[in-house]
Amino acid sequence: MKCRKCGKAAVINMRQHRLALCQECFLAWVPEQVQRAIERFDMFAPNDRVLVAVSGGKDSLSLWDILLRLGYAADGVYINLGISDGEYSDLSQRRAEQFARQYGATLHVIDVAQRYGRSIPEVARRKRGRSTCGTCGLVKRHIMNELACEAGYSALATGHNMDDEAAVLFQNALHWATGYLARQAPVLPASHPRLACKVKPLVRLYEREMAAYALVRGIDYIYAECPYSKGATTLFYKDLLNELEVRSPGAKQQFYLHFLQARNEGRLLPLEEQEVELGECTRCGQPTTAPELCAFCRLWEVETAAQNRHSHAARTEGL
Amino acid sequence: MKIIHRNKVYEFTGRTTVRDLIKKVGLNPQAVLAVRDGRLITDDVIVSGDETVKLISVVSGG
Repeated sequence: MKCRKCGKAAVINMRQHRLALCQECFLAWVPEQVQRAIERFDMFAPNDRVLVAVSGGKDSLSLWDILLRLGYAADGVYINLGISDGEYSDLSQRRAEQFARQYGATLHVIDVAQRYGRSIPEVARRKRGRSTCGTCGLVKRHIMNELACEAGYSALATGHNMDDEAAVLFQNALHWATGYLARQAPVLPASHPRLACKVKPLVRLYEREMAAYALVRGIDYIYAECPYSKGATTLFYKDLLNELEVRSPGAKQQFYLHFLQARNEGRLLPLEEQEVELGECTRCGQPTTAPELCAFCRLWEVETAAQNRHSHAARTEGL
Repeated sequence: MKIIHRNKVYEFTGRTTVRDLIKKVGLNPQAVLAVRDGRLITDDVIVSGDETVKLISVVSGG
């Protein structure tokens, strides 16, 4: 197969674009797609400072690489969740730090156990079921948002790709979760002075393309998946959508992009603004719909209370 | 030829395309990338003899 642009040997064939590219042309094409997405969805301006949430995985490190190549002032933030299973957190932190060193880029590192007293697995151990993932999501979002706002970044960028968005859309559609369907977008503008604008610059790119990019660019990312993600439903939905994509090239991107268009043109859901009353947390000041403490601060309050009960019980038992 | 995926090694004889090998191993072409001699190859490439192809899974998240 030949590269459609220059005729050299192709390294990747993207059926959904009817486009096969050689290594050099592919390495130029991917950042072009990202730049188009940034402009098309009005994500941020050329001189804006962007905070990139990096996990050490292929998408987030590739995103950071691309933004730096495109000349943006992009700093990274890595959140160590304290997942010791397979040294997952330590390994992924090392990948993020290695990347930052190679580029001379700024990486903020926040260790949850160090800062808040407990790791994510420790917090989740108290509860049952898949609340580890829910807790992780709550903690990461709070921390990223707080840093983005306090340090004055124009936008917080995450490495979500087209496959991620299509899987979430599929999940939301299966449940007809109209609240989520109304909000799912490549850009979430800051609807409150203490909420950062959240953007997904990789949204137009397939997961396979991001993996190929990281590979040919020589980006050292962590291959292992989070040990808690085994059996996650989004992975199942991704597999299903890939079955569909093989039969019908372009199905994933049509599903997502046509959804955005239909929703934004009011052809799907009532377009009226869902006015959410946002107050400020009495402890940390971050936006919340709760009357006093936000979900994040409530989490650590419960943790401290549980810790005190536990040590009290341990002390009284000794009597 | 050897096909390696997630530390599992599959042995095949003859000549086949990467696309057919991916199918034989039971994987989805959208979910993998094929690498030979450290280089990315497209699925029309023919593999034979004592070549080794690594299939890298691309799906992540949860």
